[in-house]
Amino acid sequence: MLTTPQPSATTAAAPLAEADRPLSVRGLTVAYHHKPVLWDVDYSAPAGGPIAIVGPNGAGKSTFIRAVLGLVPRLSGEVRVFGRPVERQRRAIGYVPQRSSVDWDFPASALDVVAMGLYGRIGWLRPVRNRHREQALAHLDQVGMAEFAGRQIGQLSGGQQQRVFLARALAQDARLYFMDEPFAGVDAATERAIAKVLAELDRQGRTVVCVHHDLQTAPDYFRHVLLLNGRVVAAGPMETTFTVANLQVAYGGLLAAELAATAATA
Amino acid sequence: MILTVEDFLHIDLPALMAAVLAAVSCGLLGNFLVLRRQALIGDAISHLVLPGIVVGFLIAGEVLTVAMMAGALGAALVGVLLIEAIRRLGGIESGAAMGVVFTVMFAAGVVLLEQTGSAAVHLDVEHALYGALETTLWLTPTGWESLADPAVWATLPREVTTLAAVTAIVVAAIVLFYKELKIVAFDPDLATSLGFSARTVSAGLVVLVAMAAVAAFDAVGSILVIAMFICPASTARMLTDRLSRQLLLSVLAATLAGIGGYVLAAFGPFWFGGENSLNAAGMIAVVAGALQTLAMLLAPRYGVLPRMFRRWRIRATG
Repeated sequence: MLTTPQPSATTAAAPLAEADRPLSVRGLTVAYHHKPVLWDVDYSAPAGGPIAIVGPNGAGKSTFIRAVLGLVPRLSGEVRVFGRPVERQRRAIGYVPQRSSVDWDFPASALDVVAMGLYGRIGWLRPVRNRHREQALAHLDQVGMAEFAGRQIGQLSGGQQQRVFLARALAQDARLYFMDEPFAGVDAATERAIAKVLAELDRQGRTVVCVHHDLQTAPDYFRHVLLLNGRVVAAGPMETTFTVANLQVAYGGLLAAELAATAATA
Repeated sequence: MILTVEDFLHIDLPALMAAVLAAVSCGLLGNFLVLRRQALIGDAISHLVLPGIVVGFLIAGEVLTVAMMAGALGAALVGVLLIEAIRRLGGIESGAAMGVVFTVMFAAGVVLLEQTGSAAVHLDVEHALYGALETTLWLTPTGWESLADPAVWATLPREVTTLAAVTAIVVAAIVLFYKELKIVAFDPDLATSLGFSARTVSAGLVVLVAMAAVAAFDAVGSILVIAMFICPASTARMLTDRLSRQLLLSVLAATLAGIGGYVLAAFGPFWFGGENSLNAAGMIAVVAGALQTLAMLLAPRYGVLPRMFRRWRIRATG
């Protein structure tokens, strides 16, 4: 089924040493209730440049991230992060879940939630101290949310909530980030804030893998793409992989005209 | 009715201590159950431990707290596994699976009670539902000054010492694992990805809930246990947006309900010319419910009346 060239990202530059490869997934298969969602996914993420995971609804994009993180069980497959099994690299990984995955009525302030990103480094049994709160505040400032530090999270707008999640990810100080649709349903200010953070993380040499639903903007924010629909349809640099042909394979020929228009502008 | 100091110290003080400790230990844990939208777990566990308590009692041959506690924890474990199994194998939503398991296990416990003769000794169904606050007696104090004597405290009724120990464990666990409980309650996925296994923390919470439920169940019965897992926490939630403050407020609400309910049940009827006191556990649950209602009506930010008032003022000025 796979007819398009699939340039391995590693060929784009000098071959990556295993320990420098942010993410390497081999033979990943995941099923919900005996129904397979991902089949035999192989993917090797390049270092440098944010990566978009693109595909139709139900393609297993979120499942891919969740399986990599060990949040849903893998039927088979191996996941390595910077050359080591993912289970032993928790500190190296940051995660921004979908906004709808948590209860925003929870009695916590924006600062509380950002401080949670530091919990991994604080460790079991140790309390959150003032210096942690100061760090959390600095991360809130990075996303332009410092003035809302004390606000209960339910009283923030959707975009502001997304920025709180982003600040929390920054607090995790990870080398590899997974984000699940951070751009979904946010306002323009938040979209700019997220784009700024993506660029900043890239500048610092951190890798971001991001589920992205908006085909129009994908080429603006991401340098690489993983096209997913149950299996890997194609993966590689945006310019060579984000093509009409590949998108049509990924989306099963749906939305052909719309896709053509999108890809033409890419 | 004339209340003598002796009567108060012998009958009312131990009952008050049992009521407040039961309310506080269950009420504190209830915060995390309610926040995780798992309030029903408190209900389920307080019921499904009954067969374990009876089996523990039968094996020990007497009312031995350790044996009954072990039996209850065993039953809680069996119950949680059964709920998981039914949920996964039957593809049934977890609330329904819980409902199936806890009713069946509670029924099994009742049958065990009736058929093994345990009922005649100490445990019986009425006790299981309403508890035995009124029969918690402390006969050693002879007056206020005797309370200064540690030897008198050493003779505290078994229910009260058990509850005090469990309350201490619950408070210590929440203080030590505050951060872990908070992150798992808010975002279990992030917690797990940071190395705080949501499963481990949840299992620990279930063990604490089972312990609190058993200790409280023995003294105050399962009806009050359920009320205490839910009411103080949701009352406190109406009054603050900070988890730490919510925990403190829930302790306050639980204490108020425990004392207020007991006083109303024990003495209230006499104020109105009645002759018999009321069931204390039932009255404590009523007071807890009343506090919750008051909070829902009057809480500054989330209460119904202040919200209506704010809307009215906006309309009046706009």
